Amino acid sequence: MNHLDLLTFARGSALNWALIIFVAGVVLRFFEIFGLSRKTDLARPRTDSPGSGWRTMFTRSIPPQGMLKREPVTYIAGYVFHLGLFLAIFFFAPHIEFFRSITGLTWPALPSALVDASVVAAIVALAVLLAHRLNNPVKRMLSGFGDYLAWTVTLLPLLTGYMAYHHLMLEYTLMLSLHIFSVELLLVLLPFTKLFHTFSVFVSRWYNGDFFGRKGVAS
Amino acid sequence: MKPKQTMDTSPGTVGEGLRQRGVTRREFLKFCTAMTGMLALPPSMAKVMAEAISKARRQSVIWLSFQECTGCTESITRSHSPTLETLIFDLISLDYHHTLQAASGAAAEHAREQAMKDNDGKYLLIVDGSIPMGNPGYSTIAGISNYDMLVETAKGAAAIVAVGTCATYGGIPKANPNPTGAVSVADIIKDKPIINVPGCPPIPVVMTGVLTHFLTFGNIPELDALGRPKAFYGETIHDRCYRRPFYDQGKFAETFDDEAARKGWCLFKLGCKGPVTYNACATTKWNEGTSFPIESGHGCIGCSEPNFWDAGPLYKALSMPVSATGSMLGAAAAAGAAAGVAVTWYNRSTKAQAKAAHAKVTVQELTREEK
Repeated sequence: MNHLDLLTFARGSALNWALIIFVAGVVLRFFEIFGLSRKTDLARPRTDSPGSGWRTMFTRSIPPQGMLKREPVTYIAGYVFHLGLFLAIFFFAPHIEFFRSITGLTWPALPSALVDASVVAAIVALAVLLAHRLNNPVKRMLSGFGDYLAWTVTLLPLLTGYMAYHHLMLEYTLMLSLHIFSVELLLVLLPFTKLFHTFSVFVSRWYNGDFFGRKGVAS
Repeated sequence: MKPKQTMDTSPGTVGEGLRQRGVTRREFLKFCTAMTGMLALPPSMAKVMAEAISKARRQSVIWLSFQECTGCTESITRSHSPTLETLIFDLISLDYHHTLQAASGAAAEHAREQAMKDNDGKYLLIVDGSIPMGNPGYSTIAGISNYDMLVETAKGAAAIVAVGTCATYGGIPKANPNPTGAVSVADIIKDKPIINVPGCPPIPVVMTGVLTHFLTFGNIPELDALGRPKAFYGETIHDRCYRRPFYDQGKFAETFDDEAARKGWCLFKLGCKGPVTYNACATTKWNEGTSFPIESGHGCIGCSEPNFWDAGPLYKALSMPVSATGSMLGAAAAAGAAAGVAVTWYNRSTKAQAKAAHAKVTVQELTREEK
């Protein structure tokens, strides 16, 4: 199998299976989460806090007072990584073509140099976050295999994409195939690991906001 | 009558031949300078090349055509005619080529056998077209199967040049479902140096460059993992494309005749395979350096890559899935939903069972543990 055959396989049946597992997995997980449900809280809410859940979905994106100073690495590197990854996934012209072929939707792309810079920023942020996770005793204690797995499978597409674009290490067609395979690995694992927060983050924020609102704690 | 080609097997040196044809030393040096550039050799090699080629005897060449469309021959003999590419044919003695030779039938085959005998171990074998392994009868020449003719002729060859994507990698005949069982030259011949010059058709000047290198140095040029001369196949079309800056700026043509296409913006979205195609089209160009497919407004189809015909639709961008569709994902979502309902039902029944099995404990039943 030569490099072009490998690329055709990566874009063909390998991608089909990865997408099928990804889509089916995400839907399955949502059914599982919502289907399990919680007991209705019959107690009268301590404070009347309408919209607490909805507000929390957004307010949690902003660090609470004093936290930015206490945990600057987590917040800043976290923002840089997520923003860099978002720009790379959704604003690189070839990626937009991918989404167009499946959804029919299209939008303007960013110049490659800007996407390139955001990928570098995201990779550096990921490295900083890993170092922080390993050096911070609390974070290290809280981290398990799932966290390191999520970190690895997120880094791989960024790294292989960067290396393919800059023709580093391996021949371009081969590196492009590896890039697509790494994305497929991410897609297959996403619904079943901590990476599912991509979809569940706002659901859980709404739940937490609503729950704590009823308890009169915070929102 | 003996065919003309066989009389040319050892007609003196190339230098004599060129002088007879009125080619001046200055013209010949200009040709050699261009070739050293093409082959990525230092400029000082031009003079060495001129000396070496002038003194060399005309190289005997046997050209075999198997499952092919003659496009390779058309490309090499016509597109640059009558310039450097015809000049290079003065440097060689084309002893057998069943499209170009005047002789036919037994006389033609005799020319091949004669050249093989006269230049045993020294002749260059050029092959275009793939070899059918499904049934020898699929393609024969003078009743000889392609396989037999290739094996027999390759025995005494100094080196083999596989010309065109069919000879190098199987090409269109090998495309799925490969009805003839087509294979490449390198799939059959394992004990001879093989230079792959892929392309559908290959660029004439690449062919000339390979022959010039062979005549100058007496060996084959540096090849990559797919047997291609690195000097010509070292970089992708995309990396040397004049539309590349537009790719980097995110400026793309959306259709073949929109304003962006007319402005010369990148054809990536229209399915251009330039990023994964290694060839010299963007630098040497075609038709006496006039242009190349992308310059004419059509994306690269990757014709010099192995199995290019089966590498996904020609007009789908390289980053698009080959076959994934929205309806396929819809079906996946439905399957996920069905599985989700099943999982939910299971979870709820487990919960209900736990609730039913829950035994209430009264205060009276509790006993204080003695400390």
